[in-house]
Amino acid sequence: METNQWWASESFWRKTAIWVTGGSFVLLMLLTMDTLSQISAGTTRVPAYSVINHRIEYKFDDKRHVQVPVIGVKEPLFGKELSEEEAEALVKLGKLTTQAKNCMNCHTLLGNGAYYAPDLTKAWLDQYWGTSEIREVQMVEFIKDPSDKLHNSMGRRMPKLGITDEEARGVVAFLKWMSSIDTNGFPYNFKPIEQEN
Amino acid sequence: MAMTGQCDSANLNGGQKLAVKYFTVAITLFGAQVLFGLLAGLQYLQPDFLYGVLDFSVNRMVHINALVVWMLYGFLGSVYWLLEEESQHEVVGLKLGNLIFWVLTAAVTVVVLVYLLVQVGPGKESTIWLINEGREYIEAPRWADIGIVVSVLVVFYNVAATFSKGRYTGIAGVLVLDMLALFGIYLAGMFYTTNISIDQYWWWWVIHLWVEATWEVMVACIMAYGLMKVLGVRRKIVETWLYIEVALMFGSGILGLGHHYFWIGTPEYWFSIGGFFSALEPIPLVAMVVHAVFDAGARHAKNSNHPTMAWLIAHAFGNFFGAGVWGFMHTLPQINLYTHGTQWSASHGHLAFFGAYATIIIAMFYLAVQKWRGDVWMSGELPGNGWKWKWALGLLNLGMVGMTVSMLVSGYVQSQIERAIEGSSWIGYFAAQAHPWFVQGMWWRELFGVMFTVGFVLLVWDLLTIGRGEKRTLVPATSEA
Repeated sequence: METNQWWASESFWRKTAIWVTGGSFVLLMLLTMDTLSQISAGTTRVPAYSVINHRIEYKFDDKRHVQVPVIGVKEPLFGKELSEEEAEALVKLGKLTTQAKNCMNCHTLLGNGAYYAPDLTKAWLDQYWGTSEIREVQMVEFIKDPSDKLHNSMGRRMPKLGITDEEARGVVAFLKWMSSIDTNGFPYNFKPIEQEN
Repeated sequence: MAMTGQCDSANLNGGQKLAVKYFTVAITLFGAQVLFGLLAGLQYLQPDFLYGVLDFSVNRMVHINALVVWMLYGFLGSVYWLLEEESQHEVVGLKLGNLIFWVLTAAVTVVVLVYLLVQVGPGKESTIWLINEGREYIEAPRWADIGIVVSVLVVFYNVAATFSKGRYTGIAGVLVLDMLALFGIYLAGMFYTTNISIDQYWWWWVIHLWVEATWEVMVACIMAYGLMKVLGVRRKIVETWLYIEVALMFGSGILGLGHHYFWIGTPEYWFSIGGFFSALEPIPLVAMVVHAVFDAGARHAKNSNHPTMAWLIAHAFGNFFGAGVWGFMHTLPQINLYTHGTQWSASHGHLAFFGAYATIIIAMFYLAVQKWRGDVWMSGELPGNGWKWKWALGLLNLGMVGMTVSMLVSGYVQSQIERAIEGSSWIGYFAAQAHPWFVQGMWWRELFGVMFTVGFVLLVWDLLTIGRGEKRTLVPATSEA
């Protein structure tokens, strides 16, 4: 089985391995730099945190053939308009709470996580909350103590996780902000809550 | 002279004595993974079971963290196992290596106890530092992250320095660079950001570039060593294959990262990049199957350890089907739109982790037990015809395939009802979860999980008893090259 063909030689493949790995990594770095600039908060893909001062809609885009978030009229969360810094602080509290309460090991966020509970990507826009008028209050109350609230026919319930009122408001702000991220049409064919006045 | 047929550390070199410690913790955590998997699986069927005590989120977190850590222990153990033989030099910092083993193990114990007893904290950064980071797979709190980085740097130092002082082989070169990458990438997951798109962007660097790149190359190194060991394949052949695999693995896997960037806010160009490169990812896995089977069969090789060889073959096929086929099935964005975040992912995850990684670490366990007992016979004609290892192999693999297929059935139901028909709303989610076909899949998953557990118990029993009192010594591996 001795062969001296160049394509079967150890040194050829060692060099190939090094060049392919190096080349791929350089490409990944360049793509990473470009992507990060497109997804920092305050871009078209990932809006600034103060977007929670506005209505968020999820509409079909005829050109892209998927649903995309649309930032609508002024509709401040909890009826109070926040500055950029205040909005960021509230969303930060919410994001930290979702991590501290380990939400991701039951739910998915942007489709990533566990599959025991519904996806949270567009939770803010889900029809589950009834009407857009009572949504905010419903969400805060649910998050604070879900154990005795209506869930589903299977008996699967979210546990009470010791979330304070302020933390719950933060989580709602985080969910509202997350629903404004352009996720290239994920989730597909979503039927959002009625929001027309 | 050490006794044959008994576990005697005189049979092992310094690195191998440390390796068996890593292996012992690895299999213990493997047991924890199986146990908490069963609990979480049961909660799909009986949601009130342990509700408010050990909620699904806790069980699931322990299930997947035990997975990551036992495999990491398996890899570190495997590296220490082959280090002295491969470098033909004593491990340079064995004492430090031992110390770090105990520090790391103590840290892991504390982390698990905090997961189970404290579970969650207030929405502050202190929770992320002390209790739980709340990011799937890398939940370990920040203090533990730092401990992990220090520990692995020590292992890295031991590996790099030992090879430098001894023989620097092709396997050594790949291993050293791969470990450097593995540890460097972990740093990408060690910061907090409110922006969830950026959060998940770097989070995938850790998860994907570990599991679909550096871990794959790690097991390719172990495979190369294993094939030389049990089949006597010549170094030139395994090392050439190793380079081919590295080229294909990194060539497809690094940019294959793009298949996680379809839906997290990242630009649309990732559709083409992620789709294309991840579609190439199965190719190195096919190459590995060819490599293993060709070497085993076509070379008329006699192998010196039947259980190890069987698990290496299981690895080649498991890696190809679990990581390759099951991954490819839903990697293109046009399909992934309907499968992302459903039981499809769970199905793929189970078969891939087991097929690609659990199998080859188990192969190393058998190699270790053989030498530990004094290079005893582990070919055919074992007592009882080797029924324990054969049944363990069968039950673990069948159990896993059963779980995988069951979850896939449930995944189909989700894609169809939740996504395609109901439009991904929460009503759609619950309609799918309550559907008899979905529930049926979850029942079958739990039953196959029990089968898997029986296989695990048999495996442990076998590892404790195989070769005990064996008087025959191993047949040296030969191969017509």
